[in-house]
Amino acid sequence: MTLLDSFLIRAALAGLGVAIAAAPLGCFVVWRRMAYFGDATAHASILGVALALSFQTSIFTGVLVVSLLMATTVSTLSNRGYAMDTLLGVLAHSALAFGLVAVSFLQGVRIDLMAYLFGDILAVGRLDLAVIWGGALLVLALLWWRWSALLTATLNPDLAYAAGIDPRREQLVLTIALALVVAVAIKVVGVLLIAAMLIIPAATARPFASTPERMALIAAAIGGLSALGGLQLAFALDTPTGPTIVCLAAVMFALSSLTSLFLRGNRI
Amino acid sequence: MSLVTLNNLTIHHGGNPVLTGVNFNIQAGEIVTVVGPNGSGKSTLLRAIIGALQPSSGQVVRASGLRVGYVPQKLHIDPTLPLTVRRFLSLPLRVTNAAATQALEQAGAGRLANQQMAGLSGGQFQRVLLARALLCDPQLLILDEATQGLDQPGSAAFYQQIETVRQHLGCAVLMVSHELHVVMAASDRVICLNGHVCCEGEPEQVASAPEYRALFGSGTQGALALYRHEHNHSHDQDCTHEHHDHEAAQ
Repeated sequence: MTLLDSFLIRAALAGLGVAIAAAPLGCFVVWRRMAYFGDATAHASILGVALALSFQTSIFTGVLVVSLLMATTVSTLSNRGYAMDTLLGVLAHSALAFGLVAVSFLQGVRIDLMAYLFGDILAVGRLDLAVIWGGALLVLALLWWRWSALLTATLNPDLAYAAGIDPRREQLVLTIALALVVAVAIKVVGVLLIAAMLIIPAATARPFASTPERMALIAAAIGGLSALGGLQLAFALDTPTGPTIVCLAAVMFALSSLTSLFLRGNRI
Repeated sequence: MSLVTLNNLTIHHGGNPVLTGVNFNIQAGEIVTVVGPNGSGKSTLLRAIIGALQPSSGQVVRASGLRVGYVPQKLHIDPTLPLTVRRFLSLPLRVTNAAATQALEQAGAGRLANQQMAGLSGGQFQRVLLARALLCDPQLLILDEATQGLDQPGSAAFYQQIETVRQHLGCAVLMVSHELHVVMAASDRVICLNGHVCCEGEPEQVASAPEYRALFGSGTQGALALYRHEHNHSHDQDCTHEHHDHEAAQ
């Protein structure tokens, strides 16, 4: 395993793992208009970091538990007829604020807050890599297994019910997958930019896809490309890695939007 | 045998009763139409039957292994979701190309397979929804205001298609509609709903029942004849022969 000795190889594999899991899940986030939901879950995870450090458990566990709690709370409240954007605005930012305050209480542990806010992909170790790929494969397996039911429930809950699918169970599957992605992505892009890895590749893929499956595949390719390209760019330009990855994804989104505008213009 | 039976079904929504004490059943092969004004609980009734709503009291009994084809009132497809007609037909269960083509043809939507759902016209969209509902070889086809947004010739054509499909598949059909005159003529049984079952029976019975007229006025009955030419409605005012057990409002 000499290959994994290089921190750049580990970083590349970590970025690739997160991108490949985040992209198909991100498609559902886009289709179901859950973008802010992803944000809220990710922002809450800084509280998970604080709790994990104070209880001396692994960051992954702390973040997973808090993200799961947050995502469940939000999806429960969303079924009770609250004004969703307001509610999510309140929850996302207060969770982040509480997290930041909680971190400041931690005595004796000097933690690099920036590493959790923006990720620290170059510091990914072998164990981190195992956790990231384990989580990513779990998310992909979950989506693969529930794909058809998830898609039906996304299209219309009543269609799902009529076919014997419970849309609330599918919502729960997405919630769990989202918490998993947040927990594995925190090391790579940090809490502030996780939502970008979910949404930007999916949105970039949309104009070039004719079926949901193709959109997910193209999104995964775009996500992977952003991760690898961003890493190289960050290395060459000496910029922070997580934000560079997101910048590259954003540039691809802009190009994709322009291309689709141009194509549509030509067709008319 | 009953495909679905509702026993004394009551459903509350936000504390208010939407349906109260509804008893209902539908037999194999039967066409039943539910009519009623806006907010009368028509969609609620259908959603309870497919299991999307839990009753506050009473029971929904479905025959075991019942295959339901459901055509929703409207289906909003988010513009971010790319979906061809062919892919849509394979939700939630994958179907073969042959089955998909056959269902599209039965629904009068042949040659649409490769189009995007978002690019279909209103009439094409409804036919594709119908085709999808047919793919599970339904014993019961449920249509919720399936012709909303179609013009009158469009909806008449759509209901003719339903009639053809029913003859072909022999499935029961349960539908809800505003367009009383169009749908009632083809029905075996009509249920007039307004929070509870006001009256039910054969189309002519219901159309002349005082409860029905109280809800819709008597103007709609004349239109029944448009689609049921053999029925002469000129005896309306001084009907002497017994063709229903309701007293017509005079």
